[in-house]
Amino acid sequence: MSNRVSKSTITRRTALKTLAGSTGAGLLLPGLAGGAFAQESGPIKLGFQVHRTGIGSAYGRWYERVATAAIARINDMGGINGRQVEMIAEDDGTDPRRGAEVVERFANLHNVDAVFGPLFSHVVIGAAPRAGELKMPYFVVSEGHHVASGALNRYTLQPGITDVKSQVISMAPYVAENVGKKVTMIFPDFAFGHDHRDFFTDAIAAQGGEVIQQIAVPPTETTFTRYFPSIPRETEVVYHVMVGPGVLTFVREMGEFFGGQGPALFGFIDSLEAVDIASPGLEFLEDSYFWEGMPRYAQPDQTPHEAAYRAAVGVDENGASIDDPRDVSTYAHMFGVWETLAVMKAGMEAAGYQGPDDRQSLIEAVEAMSDMPLSDDHPQGDKVFNGRTHQVFGKQSISRVQDGKLVRVHQTSIEDTLYEDEVDYTAQSF
Amino acid sequence: MDFGPHLLLATLEGAVTAAILALTAMGLSIVFGVMRVVNVAHGEFYMLGAVIAWFIATSLGAHPAIGFVAALLLAPLAVGAIAAVSDRLILSRIDYDPERTIVATIGLLYIIQQATLMTFGPDARPVEPPFNHRIALPWVEWGDGGLALYWPWGLSITSYKLFIIGAAAVVLTGIWLVMTRTRFGLIMRATQQDREMAMVFGVPVDRTFAYVFGLGAGLAAIGAVLVVPVQQAHYLMGHDPLLLSFIVVIIGGLGSLPGTVIAAILIGMTDGIISVFFSPTLAKIIATLAVAMVLVFRPQGLMGKASR
Amino acid sequence: MTDRAKSYTLHVGIVVLLAVLFFVLPAYHVGNLARIMVLAVYAIGYNLLFGYTGLLSLGHALFFAAGMYGFGMSIHLWGTPTALALVLGGLSGLVVAGIVGFLALRTRDVAFMIVTLMFAQAGYLTILYFGPTTRGDEGFVVSDAGRTLFGLDLSDEATRYWAALVLLATALLGTAALVKSRLGRALIAVRENEERAQMLGYDTTRLKYIAVVLSGTLSAVAGAAYAILFGYVGGTFATVQYSIFPLLWVLLGGAGTTIGPLIGVIFMFYLIDISSGFTDAYMFIAGVALLILCLFAPQGIAGEIRRRGLKWLP
Repeated sequence: MSNRVSKSTITRRTALKTLAGSTGAGLLLPGLAGGAFAQESGPIKLGFQVHRTGIGSAYGRWYERVATAAIARINDMGGINGRQVEMIAEDDGTDPRRGAEVVERFANLHNVDAVFGPLFSHVVIGAAPRAGELKMPYFVVSEGHHVASGALNRYTLQPGITDVKSQVISMAPYVAENVGKKVTMIFPDFAFGHDHRDFFTDAIAAQGGEVIQQIAVPPTETTFTRYFPSIPRETEVVYHVMVGPGVLTFVREMGEFFGGQGPALFGFIDSLEAVDIASPGLEFLEDSYFWEGMPRYAQPDQTPHEAAYRAAVGVDENGASIDDPRDVSTYAHMFGVWETLAVMKAGMEAAGYQGPDDRQSLIEAVEAMSDMPLSDDHPQGDKVFNGRTHQVFGKQSISRVQDGKLVRVHQTSIEDTLYEDEVDYTAQSF
Repeated sequence: MDFGPHLLLATLEGAVTAAILALTAMGLSIVFGVMRVVNVAHGEFYMLGAVIAWFIATSLGAHPAIGFVAALLLAPLAVGAIAAVSDRLILSRIDYDPERTIVATIGLLYIIQQATLMTFGPDARPVEPPFNHRIALPWVEWGDGGLALYWPWGLSITSYKLFIIGAAAVVLTGIWLVMTRTRFGLIMRATQQDREMAMVFGVPVDRTFAYVFGLGAGLAAIGAVLVVPVQQAHYLMGHDPLLLSFIVVIIGGLGSLPGTVIAAILIGMTDGIISVFFSPTLAKIIATLAVAMVLVFRPQGLMGKASR
Repeated sequence: MTDRAKSYTLHVGIVVLLAVLFFVLPAYHVGNLARIMVLAVYAIGYNLLFGYTGLLSLGHALFFAAGMYGFGMSIHLWGTPTALALVLGGLSGLVVAGIVGFLALRTRDVAFMIVTLMFAQAGYLTILYFGPTTRGDEGFVVSDAGRTLFGLDLSDEATRYWAALVLLATALLGTAALVKSRLGRALIAVRENEERAQMLGYDTTRLKYIAVVLSGTLSAVAGAAYAILFGYVGGTFATVQYSIFPLLWVLLGGAGTTIGPLIGVIFMFYLIDISSGFTDAYMFIAGVALLILCLFAPQGIAGEIRRRGLKWLP
């Protein structure tokens, strides 16, 4: 079986109409009574596990906006298998225990057909075992390597966003060739940062480069200047990735430290996700490089698919909200929600999904997917899904700050992002 | 970076941390000392200070310096008023019972945090500093011609960060003057030493407590307004200042104002300086355990008197 | 009926009620109760120290995490048999509590609170520091083999419920017996007035030490049970938040009552679960509820029941 993702025929006009129709809607309040059995004639219910509160809330807000727009679009196109889609959103507080409880709510209280949406790794890993036990298809949008590493289970898939390992290894050739070979890495001292450290250190060595210093910043840190002196003088590139509310402080203090004469900078846009590049104190970022999952600023060669997506989620050409240009989106990640929902729809249609009894066929239908070409369903670009590892692979972008905007200077191929399978989930029983 | 410049940089950065910490902890210390209650919501008053500062600075839309000065004046007042009202409405009605106060202030913490999330949103928002210049600092080394000055790579501080240290010192001096030279200070000290006796002598303990609670929260807010041009306002930012302030107050010795300042400097600086020698997370572990050991072997804190 | 008989009836009655609920409640609430029972064991452990001995710790997450990681790491790293791993989980709690107790009990009151807080913070950072083995904040999933005990699959909904109930029943009846024992009465004497207890000839330092170790070990057992029943081990459980939770549960339910911890957990859990069903601002509602309880039920729910009539409530 090959790709089952149908090419949609959405126009820009319908996308805009969808957005207008969906503003403010989307959150259908769950009834407290519960116990309602899945009605095969009623709407298909998708549980959206969202980080509305806690450290993930800046991402969660945008994930929710994208999810609302994507569901509205699916319903405009006639729903899934002729049934409308109802989204039930629940906040998990960016907490692994609450995440697991929310999955239970979806399975046993709301009787949803499938769950999607969580981002932060610890929440995903905390909740995935429950999803597996409850036999609930769990579509995560986390970019963590936990799915492809084999740590999770048959019911957990990541078909909408690439994982950190493939992102990181595909950066090494460009960095070694164009930015510098002697690299100092600065990353948060927890699992996400360690993934960066381990994968990139190996990948750059394979390109003849070298990581000469690794600086792990404790995640509880709010001030960063004192870590920068550990950057060796001979450093050619500083590779930085930081997450959480302190990111702007981090980047700004890095600028103050170097005072405009330091080594070249290569960062993951996570360090500045939801932050305006034009914020005061960030002028020094001019000419520095960033990984982007999807370029925040509309590029001159932007595809019509991406333009339609931008319009549907209400984001302008600078990656900020149409209503408020200061409200910068999490553009490099949030497309994952859109594409995940498209894959769920395609999977349900391929499986002839009727109700919870067909959940296994849904998983199998998604596992059978491979090529997902650039389309309105996949506005970020071509993708290849690996059914054995439950992980999708796609092109990565490297952008450079020019005149205060991110301009794409390189796009990897999908082959650059591939690595050997570490698990075969299809061999596991349901 | 060489060892010397690195140490100097860590010390300077530590001094900035210590300055903010001293203000925040001083607020907690006064509340702790006078009212004998643990205010778990103290960090949220700090956060409110930062958020209100952002609100004032952005809605004025004037030159950053004007917005900042307005925030520095108004945000602490607003936060102090909120705190005083919650003291009247809640804490006074539970008679400042230590355990119930913990529950009540945890409740307050949830309410303030959630209310901020719903109005201010989940993003970290910057406030522009009134002025900000990078000041490169020199270091000495033995060159061919004897001692020579040179400017090591990265050894610098900003003028605004120096201002934070100065401003904190001014505010703390002000507090010290209030405590020692004014009638209000006398009332506070009397209440701190013996609440019943103070009441007998006609001190309006109720009203004093409301002022003290407001003052404590206001001090946290001043710390936050000063820090917000360097960091950003965020609805979860109150967590660390709360923990650190607690530690500072206890290490300094309950109710001892000089002790609080000394402990703030000690804790603000050690973190940075230990990180020169060890990997950062390990440094934090060592610093945390070291502080715990100070208490284990000197339970009354540095400047506290041994319990009777 | 004597007070002792009433107390016995009450505790057995609660256990029987929980057993009956399994057959009555819909799947969703059965799942919730399983989790509530494990967390209640944690709260009961906390209550031993706080409610009965009068020592306020802000570092119990360290013990909970010690049990969780003692169990989880031995499965994860060495594939230890589940039963042995559970014992190791409890033992790590015992050892950690032994060390922390030895040091922290040199202090009292707020200093004790801060010292326990700092040890717990150091513990949390240690989990992060050894990220390559512990997987830090991200945590790891406990293998299926690690979740099978004596041939029972503890990831099965029914088995999980009964396992949690057995654990809770043991903890509940155990504390009920403990507080009526000589030791329990001695602990309460320490809480009420340490100087007087000393004068009466009690070795209060030793008593407090026993309370810390018992409380820490029971918390660790709860941590290990959480890992085996819900399949996840992660750094979040070592954060300050998880030290504050048991304090909150116990204060809400009623400190120094045997059933208070369970009531507190149920109350807090459903307060958040139900309010999150109709508003995003569920923490706001939780905050208001805390204030109301604090104003109108200062002894906590069970404490209020005891004050208003059931004087025999242990």
